Amino acid sequence: MDAAAWIVTAAGLAVSGFILWFFFGKKRGVEASVASSGVQEARVTVKGGYTPDLIMVQAGRPVRLTFTRQETAACSEMIVFPDFQKSAALPPGEDVTLEFKIDKPGEYPFSCQMGMLRGKLIAR
Amino acid sequence: MGIMATDPVCGMEIDEEAAAASRSYDGATFCFCSDACAARFDAAPQQYLPAALRGEHQAAEPAAVDAAEELRLPISGMTCHHCAETIRVAVAALPGVMAAHVNHAAGEGTVRYDPSRIEVPRIIEAIEAKGFQTGVLKLTVGIAGMHCASCVTKVEGALGRVRGVLAATVDLATETARVSYLPAETSVAAIEAAIAANGYRPKKGEEPGTPSEQEAREREYHGLLAKFWFAAVISLPVIILGYPSYFPGLRDLSFSSIRLIWGGLGLLTLPVLFWSGQHFFTGAVAALRHRSANMNTLIALGTSAAWLYSTVVVLAPSIFPEGNVEPFYDVVAVVIALVVLGQALELRAKGRTSEAIQKLIGLQAKTARVLRDGREQDIPVEEVLRGDVVIVRPGQKVPVDGEVIEGSSTVDESMITGESIPVEKHAGDEVIGATLNKTGSFRFKATKVGKETMLAQIVKMVQEAQSSKAPIARLVDVISGYFVPVVMVIGVLTFVVWFDFGPSPRVVYALITAVTVLIIACPCALGLATPMSLMVGIGKGAEHGILIRNGEALETAQRIGAVVLDKTGTITVGEPSLTDVRVSEGFTDDEVLRLAASVERGSEHPLGEAIVRGAEGRGLSLEAAEGFQAIPGHGVEARVQGRHVLLGNLKLLRQRGIEPGPLAEASAALADDGKTPMFVAIDGRAAGIIAVADTVKADSVAAIQALKRLGLEVIMLTGDNARTAAAIGRQVRIDRVLAEVLPEDKAQNVHLLQAEGKVVAMVGDGINDAPALAQADVGLAIGTGTDVAIEAADITLIKGSLRGVVHAIAISRATMRNIKQNLFGAFIYNALGIPIAAGVLYPFFGLLLSPIIAGAAMAFSSVTVVSNANRLRRFTMREV
Repeated sequence: MDAAAWIVTAAGLAVSGFILWFFFGKKRGVEASVASSGVQEARVTVKGGYTPDLIMVQAGRPVRLTFTRQETAACSEMIVFPDFQKSAALPPGEDVTLEFKIDKPGEYPFSCQMGMLRGKLIAR
Repeated sequence: MGIMATDPVCGMEIDEEAAAASRSYDGATFCFCSDACAARFDAAPQQYLPAALRGEHQAAEPAAVDAAEELRLPISGMTCHHCAETIRVAVAALPGVMAAHVNHAAGEGTVRYDPSRIEVPRIIEAIEAKGFQTGVLKLTVGIAGMHCASCVTKVEGALGRVRGVLAATVDLATETARVSYLPAETSVAAIEAAIAANGYRPKKGEEPGTPSEQEAREREYHGLLAKFWFAAVISLPVIILGYPSYFPGLRDLSFSSIRLIWGGLGLLTLPVLFWSGQHFFTGAVAALRHRSANMNTLIALGTSAAWLYSTVVVLAPSIFPEGNVEPFYDVVAVVIALVVLGQALELRAKGRTSEAIQKLIGLQAKTARVLRDGREQDIPVEEVLRGDVVIVRPGQKVPVDGEVIEGSSTVDESMITGESIPVEKHAGDEVIGATLNKTGSFRFKATKVGKETMLAQIVKMVQEAQSSKAPIARLVDVISGYFVPVVMVIGVLTFVVWFDFGPSPRVVYALITAVTVLIIACPCALGLATPMSLMVGIGKGAEHGILIRNGEALETAQRIGAVVLDKTGTITVGEPSLTDVRVSEGFTDDEVLRLAASVERGSEHPLGEAIVRGAEGRGLSLEAAEGFQAIPGHGVEARVQGRHVLLGNLKLLRQRGIEPGPLAEASAALADDGKTPMFVAIDGRAAGIIAVADTVKADSVAAIQALKRLGLEVIMLTGDNARTAAAIGRQVRIDRVLAEVLPEDKAQNVHLLQAEGKVVAMVGDGINDAPALAQADVGLAIGTGTDVAIEAADITLIKGSLRGVVHAIAISRATMRNIKQNLFGAFIYNALGIPIAAGVLYPFFGLLLSPIIAGAAMAFSSVTVVSNANRLRRFTMREV
C-alpha cells in the first residue's frame, strides 16, 4: 500500500465514522411543548422528517396533533403511532389531525410507514 | 325541571317554563319572575340587558345594530338540555355575540353576532372547546384560470365574503380551494357561483377529498414522465459521445477535442441532474436536516459523485497518474432517467392498489332530494342534516342512513351487506346510505349523515386497516431505520478496498463500485413489500363484505388452527321457524296449522310468531281468535270459528285429560332432532303437532365443509342442551360440539382450546359473544346490515354468512403469501445486489456491475413489489 492508499483508508474510515455518528448519534430534536389549557395542540410539519420531532405533553390530558406534509415524496405519505394503533395517510398540503389521550407518562415514538422518519411524543 | 333563566330585573333564577312572563327583545328571550319585573323591563329594557348585550347597545352606532348577523349552526353531541345550556352560556359570553339560542331537540344553535367584532370561526371554536361538534363541512373545489398570487388573494376574498363560508384557502400549485362552510347557510352552488363571479372557472363534478388526491397522483405521474423523457433524450447523445472510441468519425478526434465534447456533456447533464433529478436532491436535503437519510439520499449521492468525478476528469485529467481515465456522465443521465421512470411506474401501480377503497367511496350518492321550507330541493349529499326528510325515487340511491317514514319500496343493499336479494322497506324500517332503491318511492328521516353513516364507517375502517402495520413487517422496520446510512458506509468502504487492493486505474474502479453500491440499494422495495399487499388484501376483503381491522388480524387469521362457531345466529338463522306439522287421523295439516296460527296471531312469543309466519308462508288465511288465554309455562288456548283450540306441551294435554296417542312418539322424535314440538288439541281431541326450530342458514353446511377442507378444526359452541346441540351438529357435520355453555363461560372455553396449543378463531354475533371474541386470537363478528358491531371484532362479516369466514381466511392466506414473496424478493435483492455491486464476484469471475444496470435493477425492484401486490386484485373467492 502506498501513501495515497493509506490516506484514502484513513479518510474512508473517518467518513464512515462520521456517517454513523451523524445518523445514529444522539440527536437533539426540535422540541415543542404544548399549551396547557384544555386540549394540548401541536402542529407538525412533515418534510424529510418531522418538525418538531420531540413533542412534550402532559399525561392524562387530550393531545391533538396536526400534521401537514409539505412534500410529495412517497416516503412520508403515512404517519404511524404504533403504541396507539393509530395511523393516517397524509395527503400533500392537507392538514391531518390525530387525537390521543395518553394516560401513562413515557415516550411514544411515531414514524413514517417504513420507520425511516421518526419522532417522539413525550408524556410527563 | 326545564331550562333555568335569570330574571334580568331582579336577578332571580327561575325555570323558563314556569316564568310569569317573558319578553322578546333584540332576538333574545327574557323571562321574569313576576309581572311587576316584566313591567319594569318594558319601561326601560336597555337598563336591564345583560352586560354582554348592554355593552353592545351602548357602544354600537345604530348602523352596527343593523349589521348584526344571525348564524344558524347545526350542533351535534348534545345529549340533554343541560348541554344546550352549556353551549348557550359559552357562546353568549363571547364579546360581539348579542344573543345565543341552542335547541337540543333540533340539534341546532342560533347566534346573533356583530361581524365587525367577532368572526364565525371564534364562535365555532367556543362550541368545540366545550366538546361538541358543529356541522362545518369542508369542500375542495378545483379552480381554473388562476395564474398568480393576486388571483389567489382575489378568490380567497370572494369566498370569504360568501355568507356561511368560515375559511377559504386557495392553493395555486394544485389549483384548488379548500373551503369550510356551514351547510345550513350556504351551498356548494353558491360557493362555485362566487368563484365564477370573479372570472375564474370552478371545476364542476368534483367530489371533495378523493378525486383531488387522485388528481394529485395523476399530476405527479405526468410530472415524473416529463422528467423521464427529458433525461432519456439527453441520455442518448451523452452515451454516444461519452464513448468516442466506439464510433467511427469520433474515434479519430484529438484528445483535446474529445475533452471539449466531454465538457459539453457535463453541461448537458446538469439540467438532468437538477431538473429531472431535482426531487432526489430536495428530498435528500430535507432528510439531512433531520439527520436522517432515505432513497433520495442514495440516488443524489451516487449521481452527484459520478458527475463530480467526471468533471474533475475533464477539467484536470493530469491528476490521475494512471492515465486512461474517462468521464461517465452517461451514468448520471441514464440512472436518473431509469429511477424516475421506475418511480412513475410505481406511482401508477400504487394507484391501482387503492382501487377497492375508491370503489367504496364511489358508492356514495352525490346529491339528495330533501324537503326544506316545504319545498323539495336537490342538495349535495354533504349538506344533508340529521333530521332532514329525504325523498327517494325508484332507481335512485339512498343518500344517507335513516328511517323510512312514508311509502314503501324494495332496496338493493348488496353493495353494503352483500345480500343479493332486494330487501322490502316500509315505514319504520332502516335504510342504509349508498344502497339502491328499486321499485317504489319513499321518504325517510335522516338519522346518520356525513361521517356517521355506515358507508363512511366502513370506508374509515378499511382506510385505517390499510395503513396499519402487520407484525411481519417489524423486522423490515428495524432494518429500514438503519438501511441507508449502512449502505452509505458500505459504499465508502467499497471505495477504500478497491482503491487499496483493486486493479489500475484504481480511482476509476473504486468510484464506479462505490456509486454502484449507492444506486443498487433499494430501501423502497423493502418498505413497500408489506403495506402494498396489505392495501390490496384488505381492500379485496372489503369488496366481499369482510372488514379486517388491521394487519395484525390479517396475519393471525392465516395461522388459525381451530374455528369456534357460536350456534345461534351464526350457524343458524337465530330465530325459530316452522319445520314440521304432524296430524292425527281426521285432521289435515292446513287445518291444524291455520287454527293454531289464528290462536297465536298477535302473539309476541318467538315460537308463536314462527307458527304465524309459517302459516302465512303457506298462504293460509288466519281468523280472529276469541277468549285468548295464556297458560303460563304450558301454552295458550282460544276459540277460533267456534272451535276450542289448545296449544301447548304434553303436560298441558295430560292436565286437560287429552290422550296424545301416537303423537307422543312423533313428538319425542322431533325433539331428538333438536326441534321444539307443540301439541295442538281441537275441541278436546289431540289433533296434531307443530314443530318449530332455529333453522340452519342455507350455506352453513357448505361453509363448514370448506373450513374443514382448509384443514381447520371446526367446533360448535352453544348454550343449548346437549340433545339440540348434537342434532344441529349432525346437520352441519360438526363433530366437536360444546353444549350447555353459559354465556359467561364462552370465553373460558375459547381459552381452554388455546391451551391445547391452537390458534383459535371465534365467530359470533359481536354483542353477546364479545368476551369470547376478545379472548380468541381472531374474533369474527357476523351480522347483517346496520346491526353489525363493526367496533367489536378483529374481522367483521357484513354478509351474515359463514362463507365469510372461509373467505376471510382465504384472503388472509393469499395476502400473507404475497407479503412473504415481496419480502423475500426485496431482502434477496438487496442482500445479493449490494455485495455484487461492491464487486465481491470480481476476484472469482471478473464480474462487475455497471452503475447503469444497478440503476435499472433498483428502479424495477420497487415496481416489481407493487406489481406483485397488484396480482392479489385478481384473487377470486372461488370454492376453497
